[in-house]
Amino acid sequence: MTAFNYEPIEPGGHQHEKRNGQDPENLLGESTGTASERWTQRLWWLAALPMLVFFILPILSLFSYSSIGELLKSLGDPEVHRAIGVSLRTTFFSLLLIILFGTPLAYLLGRHRFPLHRVADALVSLPTVLPPSTAGIALLLALGRQSAIGGFLADIGLPLSFTAGAVVLAQVFIAAPYFITAAALGFASVDNELIQAAHLDGANSWQAFQYIVFPISKIALISGAVLSWSRALGEFGATIIFAGNFPGRTQTMPMAIYLGFENNLTNAVTLSIILILISFTALLAIKTLISRDLRN
Amino acid sequence: MKDDSRFFFIPTLLTAMIVILAGCAAPVATQAPIELKVAPTEVPAPTEAPTATEVCKPVTLNVFTAASLMEAFKEMAPLYQESEPCTELAFNFAGSQKLSQQLRDGAPADVFASASGKNMVDVITAGLISDAGSQIFARNGLAVVVCPTSKFKIEEVRDLAQPGIKLVVAAKEVPVGDYTNQFLEKAADDPTLGQTFVDAVKANEVSFEADVKSVLAKVDICEGDAGIVYKSDAFTDKTEGIKSFLIPEALNILAKYPIAMIKASANAELAQKFIDFVLSDQGQQILEDNGFLKAK
Repeated sequence: MTAFNYEPIEPGGHQHEKRNGQDPENLLGESTGTASERWTQRLWWLAALPMLVFFILPILSLFSYSSIGELLKSLGDPEVHRAIGVSLRTTFFSLLLIILFGTPLAYLLGRHRFPLHRVADALVSLPTVLPPSTAGIALLLALGRQSAIGGFLADIGLPLSFTAGAVVLAQVFIAAPYFITAAALGFASVDNELIQAAHLDGANSWQAFQYIVFPISKIALISGAVLSWSRALGEFGATIIFAGNFPGRTQTMPMAIYLGFENNLTNAVTLSIILILISFTALLAIKTLISRDLRN
Repeated sequence: MKDDSRFFFIPTLLTAMIVILAGCAAPVATQAPIELKVAPTEVPAPTEAPTATEVCKPVTLNVFTAASLMEAFKEMAPLYQESEPCTELAFNFAGSQKLSQQLRDGAPADVFASASGKNMVDVITAGLISDAGSQIFARNGLAVVVCPTSKFKIEEVRDLAQPGIKLVVAAKEVPVGDYTNQFLEKAADDPTLGQTFVDAVKANEVSFEADVKSVLAKVDICEGDAGIVYKSDAFTDKTEGIKSFLIPEALNILAKYPIAMIKASANAELAQKFIDFVLSDQGQQILEDNGFLKAK
C-alpha cells in the first residue's frame, strides 16, 4: 500500500512480496485497491503537498531568476571559475581523506563492541549537530597558528592558516560523519554467520573483508561517500572561519555565493544552480542505488 | 541500533566540549550578523509625586548598524534608555553591505547606520529611507593592528610589504575593504612607496573577511600577523598585547558614517529621537571615546 520505496529490511533480503501473485501497485506506486483506499491515498498527498511545494518553490525561483544566456555567460566569469575550481579540488581531497581514515573507524563502530562504544559513536556524529561556526572556531583553536600542532606545522614550513589544506580539513570535519555513519551501518548489516562461514572455509580477516563484508556493504559505502561529498561541497561556516576567504585558494562556491551575492546576483545564482544540480543528482543516484540494492 | 540510552552521551559530550572550548578560547571571531537586545533599564519609582511612574508598552527599535559601531552603540544603549525607558534597542551588527542588502530584501528596521555612503545610497535609491535623508554622524580612519606574537616587526606602513607576512583585510564589498583599496591606491601614488609596495602588500593578503570584526578577530588570535581595520577598532580592542598604529593622514581615508531613518518605520518619532541622541553631544562624546572622530 505504500506509495514510496521505503521498505523495511527483512532478513535474507527478500522485499516487496507480491500479494495474490499480483503486484498491487500501479506506475505511480499508488495502490489501485478499493475506492476508500484511493481516497486515503489522495488525502495523504494533499497533506504532503505544502511541504513538497515549500521545497520546490525556492529551487524553481533560482532557476527562473535569469535567462539561460545570462547564466551561461556568468560561467565564463573568472570568479565563478575559481570558486568551482577550489570547491572541486578541495572536496576531492576531502573525500579521499574521509574514505581512507573513515573506513577503519566505521568498521570498528559497525562490527566491534568495545568499552565506550557509545561515546565514540556520539563523538563521530557530533560535527553534524554542531553549528558549523562552532566547528570552525574549534578547528581554529586546535590547529590554528597559536595551537601546538598548528604552530609546529607553521614552523616546519607547512602552515595550515589560510590554505586550501585548511579548507580540506574543515570539510573533512563536517562531512566525515555522514560517511562513517553510513559505512558503519553497512558493515553492521553483514550477517555474522557469513563471516564465520568464511573463516571456517579458511579465509583470514582481510579475505573475509574483501570477499564478504565489502561487497555486501558496498552500496552503503558508496551512498555514504556521495552524501559526505555533497555535504563537503556545501560547507561554508567552518571553512570561512578556519580557512578564511581568498579567491582561487580558499574561496569555495558557497563562500562566493555568500560574499558575492550583494554585488553580482547572477554569479551567485549560477553557482547556486550548479550546487543544486550536483547535490540533487548525487542524492538521486544514491536513492536509485539503494532501491536497486534492496530489490536484489 | 536499538539502544537509545546512548543518546545521553550527546548532550553530555556537547556540554563538556562547550565548557572546554569556552575555557580555552581567546576572544574569537564574531560571526556576522550579530544581534544584541538591550532590555530597558528599570526606572526606579520616585518617593514623591507619582508623575514619573508611567506604565508604557515597551517598543523595540530595530537598528541596523555597521559592525565597527558595536562598542560605541552598546555603550550608548543604556544611556539612551535612561531618557527613553520605554524603548528597547535591538541592534543588528554586520558589514554595511550585508545590512544594505537585507534592507533592500525587505528586512524590517527603524534606523540604518552605515560605515559607507555607498551602502546608504543603495538604500536611498531603493526608496527605503525617509524624506529627511541621511546625516553624517561619525567619521573614521584606517589603522593597522598587529598580532602580539608575530615574528615580524610591523610598526609602520612600509613594514606591511615584508615578504611572508600574513595580512588579513576585509573583502572589497565591505566598506572597510573598499577603504583599504583606496589607501593602497593612495600608496601607489606616493613616491616613497609606489606600486612595488602595493604589489608586495597585495601578495601578503591571505584572506578577505566579510566584516571588520572578523579581520580583527583573526589578528587577535594571531592567525594573521596584521590586519587593516578602522581606527576605532584598534582603539577599543582589549586583547592583551595587541599592537596597532595609525595609517598616516596623507595615505589614510576619511570614512563618513551616515545614519538615516527607514521610511517604513512604525516608530518614526522614536527612531528620530535615537538619531538625535547619536548626534547629540552625549552621543558624539561616546563615539569619540570609542575611537571615532565626531561628525564635525
